Amino acid sequence: MMQEQPVLSIRQLSKQYGDGCTHCQHEDMKLEKNFCPVCKTVYACRSVSFDLYRGEILGIVGESGSGKSTLMKSLYFDETVTSGEGYLVDYENGHNNIFTESSQMKRHIRNTILGMVYQNPMLGLKMDFSSMSNIAEKQIAAGNRHVRQMEERSLSLLQHVKIPVHRSKEAPKNFSGGMQQRVQIAKAMSNNPPILLLDEVTTGLDLSVQADVLDLIKSIQRELNISMIVVSHDLAVIRMLADRTIVMLNGEIIEHGLTDQVLEDPQHEYTQQLVYSLL
Amino acid sequence: MLTIHNLQKSFTIHHLQKTFPALENISLHVKEGGFLGIVGKSGSGKSTILKSIYRTYMPQAGNIIFHSDAYGEIDLLQATTRQIVYLRKHEIGYVSQFLNVMPRTTALELVTQSLLDVGVEQQEAIARAKQALRHFDLEEKLWNSYPNNFSGGEKLRLNIACAIVKEPRLLLLDEPTASLDQASKVKVRESIEKLKAQGTTLIGIFHDLEFMEGLCDDVFTMMKISDKEVLA
Repeated sequence: MMQEQPVLSIRQLSKQYGDGCTHCQHEDMKLEKNFCPVCKTVYACRSVSFDLYRGEILGIVGESGSGKSTLMKSLYFDETVTSGEGYLVDYENGHNNIFTESSQMKRHIRNTILGMVYQNPMLGLKMDFSSMSNIAEKQIAAGNRHVRQMEERSLSLLQHVKIPVHRSKEAPKNFSGGMQQRVQIAKAMSNNPPILLLDEVTTGLDLSVQADVLDLIKSIQRELNISMIVVSHDLAVIRMLADRTIVMLNGEIIEHGLTDQVLEDPQHEYTQQLVYSLL
Repeated sequence: MLTIHNLQKSFTIHHLQKTFPALENISLHVKEGGFLGIVGKSGSGKSTILKSIYRTYMPQAGNIIFHSDAYGEIDLLQATTRQIVYLRKHEIGYVSQFLNVMPRTTALELVTQSLLDVGVEQQEAIARAKQALRHFDLEEKLWNSYPNNFSGGEKLRLNIACAIVKEPRLLLLDEPTASLDQASKVKVRESIEKLKAQGTTLIGIFHDLEFMEGLCDDVFTMMKISDKEVLA
């Protein structure tokens, strides 16, 4: 069997807020979690490396402040990485480091290869625009100029995420949290991205709506073979969705492996604590 | 088919600052199409062996050599997580006493999905799933309901149906008959016999020694590590 090529490879991704100082740049630096007490620099992601493969769901767990969201925002170019490399097989055959490309190329990658669903729908949607327009916006960004086509695509996506047709022209601000999240997913999928980034998409939703969203994510993966990175602090969500899981703490990956192995045979002290906290 | 060599597994529990040995120098072999039964007291490490083969547990030392269709001879402890994901889907099945399902997935969808995952066409997958459910006496009225409401026995049979329907080359059975009544046990036994006749390799843990009789080609007896020290 041939060696499988990842669709996304991240190598040594680091993101810090602040310039650092002689104290924290020292090799055996002493940080308070990921924070330098001397110069107040926050090391949000530290040398994060992983691979994502075609059609798989990769889980990322970790407590608040462990760097999960910063990692996702860096992958979607919402944040500029401090250092590190990223390669997409669907962009220049994986030869160019996406983080050092021009902002124009980054926009292109973001509009054609990536889809992002934020924990907070306010970040992913224009709340005053209709749901259709929200979805069309992403398609326009991806270069589509055919209005009828975009309309049809938007409608079929909204149907897919079970938003009734008669509410498709309504603005998401009128919708419930679960519906907003589903519109966001429809928007993220509208340019047929091979990679979807999902940041705490079920957090704050009630259990039955959460089940709807999980169902939707799973069916998207099955039907369209899209690769996904699912960030959640909810281990049950990760167990349902992901074959492989990464555990982050203080900006670093402290453990990674098969999801059931991470949950049943956790190696790191922190992962053990996390698993013991599972209800 | 599968050879385990000097397998060692211990669990380090950080908050107790203790390491508990679970397996010490386990070596065993199962031939293609064979059925190995593992017996031993509770806590002697029977399940730990199965979970190590399935890579739910990560042993500290040893080898588990598996003859894979896709990868040839492969040490499961050295295999990448992606390789294990593939093997779990296509070649190695695992049946435990517990059922873990997506919320709001019906029994029929669950079994069908496990076939779709390995690339079986939709129509055929549904047909085969129905056949498997019927075989394990899961009544038709249960097919479109959610397994969360099933009885223990029904859940277990559904679990077995899910694993067996894919006809894995190696099937690991972790006390699959533990909470079943006699009639259901007979059903499970029938299926295992059928799988064996088809050439499936099996490793199973059963408390019920009667159940294993005439089914296993070999029996591997586990001893608790603390008992071993007493003997020595």
